[in-house]
Amino acid sequence: MKAAKKKMARAHGKFWLRLYIAGQTARSVAALRNLQKICDERLPGKYHVEVIDLVKNPKLAAGDQIVAVPTLVRRLPPPLKRMIGDLSDTESVLVGLDLRPEGAAS
Amino acid sequence: MATHATKLSLKAGIEKCPTGIIGLDQITEGGLPRGRPTLLCGNAGCGKTVTAMEFLVRGAMEFNEAGVFVAFEETNKDLVENVASMGFDLKALIARKKIFLDHVRVEPSEIAETGEYDLEGLFIRLGNAIATVGAKRVVLDTIESLFSGFADTNILRAELRRLFQWLKEKGVTAVITAEAGENKLTRHGIEEYVADCVILLDHRVEEQNSIRRLRVVKYRGTMHGTSEYPFLIGATGVSVLPLSALKLDHKASHQRVSSGIPRLDTMLGGKGFFRGSGVLISGRAGTGKSSLAAHFVQAACQRGERALYLASEQSTDEVIRNMRSIGIDLEPWVKRGLLHFYAERPGSFGLEKHLVTIHDLAAKLDPKVVVIDPITNYAALGTRGEVKSMISRVMDTFKSRQITALYTSLTSGDSAPELSEVGISSQMDTWLLLRNMESNGERNRGLYVLKSRGMAHSNQIREFLLTDHGVQLRDVYVGLQGVLTGSARVAQEAKEKADRLERQAEVERKRRKVAQKRLELEAQMAKMRLELEAEEQVLQRAADQAETQEKQLVLNRREMGRIRGADLASAHGKGRA
Repeated sequence: MKAAKKKMARAHGKFWLRLYIAGQTARSVAALRNLQKICDERLPGKYHVEVIDLVKNPKLAAGDQIVAVPTLVRRLPPPLKRMIGDLSDTESVLVGLDLRPEGAAS
Repeated sequence: MATHATKLSLKAGIEKCPTGIIGLDQITEGGLPRGRPTLLCGNAGCGKTVTAMEFLVRGAMEFNEAGVFVAFEETNKDLVENVASMGFDLKALIARKKIFLDHVRVEPSEIAETGEYDLEGLFIRLGNAIATVGAKRVVLDTIESLFSGFADTNILRAELRRLFQWLKEKGVTAVITAEAGENKLTRHGIEEYVADCVILLDHRVEEQNSIRRLRVVKYRGTMHGTSEYPFLIGATGVSVLPLSALKLDHKASHQRVSSGIPRLDTMLGGKGFFRGSGVLISGRAGTGKSSLAAHFVQAACQRGERALYLASEQSTDEVIRNMRSIGIDLEPWVKRGLLHFYAERPGSFGLEKHLVTIHDLAAKLDPKVVVIDPITNYAALGTRGEVKSMISRVMDTFKSRQITALYTSLTSGDSAPELSEVGISSQMDTWLLLRNMESNGERNRGLYVLKSRGMAHSNQIREFLLTDHGVQLRDVYVGLQGVLTGSARVAQEAKEKADRLERQAEVERKRRKVAQKRLELEAQMAKMRLELEAEEQVLQRAADQAETQEKQLVLNRREMGRIRGADLASAHGKGRA
């Protein structure tokens, strides 16, 4: 199913984002909320967010080399991009996701 | 090593976690503090990673404690390869779930900071790793990488504090490696968080030799060796080199070991060296030191004991060939595996490497006797104090294994032989001095026992020869000028022999004279006896004649009386008859 979704996303130029959190904390809730807001403003309908809770899936932390939490990873479109933090600094999130301030998706 | 370390750890106040690293458990009196973090810091290339890895590997192999290695700098593949050279099969240990290797990549370019965060991801990974293998030991190598990855030092420091507390709560013994700082112990001041035990490693190059040193800077709650100790990274891992026995508690044997030359054994209290003792044979060039050493080694092999010959000047073949010329064939012993040679010029390595090599050979071969020929070649490798210290440690290694060791020492031309050995001779139990004695235009070899602890020994200078049948000690001849050697001795021997023959001849002559005298006297006596007999006969005849005459007179008188018709009774009464 994942492969199919990937194909779909690539085909439609969608952003595939993965947010790693460690349990339901104030910070992780804030991060998710911030992420939703930015994506709705800049990529309406063109994004897919996966939330991975490392407390539930600790082994995934090693696989994706996660040290800091929360970490946001842009898997698609390539190249892979990472940023850490609760995503409260919108500017740096946009830079990190490679979204130009004018709002055009690349 | 495991039981010795456990013994030490039970003696100390706080509980210790034995590392299994040679020498380190001794310096720390049992190992690292159990359940606490230890900081291992040092400059680049000093051996932090290797030491930390050995702590983990030996923990798994010798103490059955699983471990987690978190590598921030090297990849798993690199690590496995790097430690394979020390005989650690990391792959096997990982497969058996004894060690968990986790490579944490912290790439600053990948990490843009967008707000508040913490390092819970690391905690989760670590927790998962510890749980997966049931780890009791953890290594973080090197924690400094976090500082290059994350810009917010406040968060970082807070998380580090939390991390060490968390590790303590998990009850694991952790080793944290860090880069040495300019004015501080570590570049980023990690020593603030890891206060229980701090070990500093140092690696420098002096006189073209690479020197590694280790120092326990701090160890809360226990006694520890505080000096700098040299250490080596060798084929079996790290070896820290304190004096092998920090205390002098060797056992003293009463067994005796032959020198290989029976008359020399006689000079040594009649029986030879004590087992486990150190013997020094010193002398100038060409005095015969190596020959004595060869006898010693041959005697050991003949007893069935394994021997190790460390040659620092000749190759194995040269030694064998040269000893054949005096009738000692060492090759069969080599072939039978009783005699092992190790020939290496000292200049090839530093003092510590030699010490470890000797230590490893002694451990691997377990010889009963060792020869180091000569030991003076090591003098060029360090200062007097360093060389003396190294030789002390070599001697300790042998004594603690009850190995009888023989060291030859080359003394230089001018000074009296006794003076040049001040450094090591005091530690030797027996000291034989070989001299060349010059007289009458010859040089002859002499030997004497300068000291031999624990036994009565001869103080006579003995001449010896190197013959086809090995070293032969000669009888002592003392003339007017002292000991006679060489041709003077031969002359003396001849003279004494002649004197003896002369005396024997004299005695023989006297004896013959006495016999002759007896014969003469006896002849005289016989003659006189004959004369005596003749005279006796004459006297006897005369006496007989007189008696006959007397008888006749009596008869005649009686007849006359009868004729005269006298009265026999009156004749009788007159009382004449």
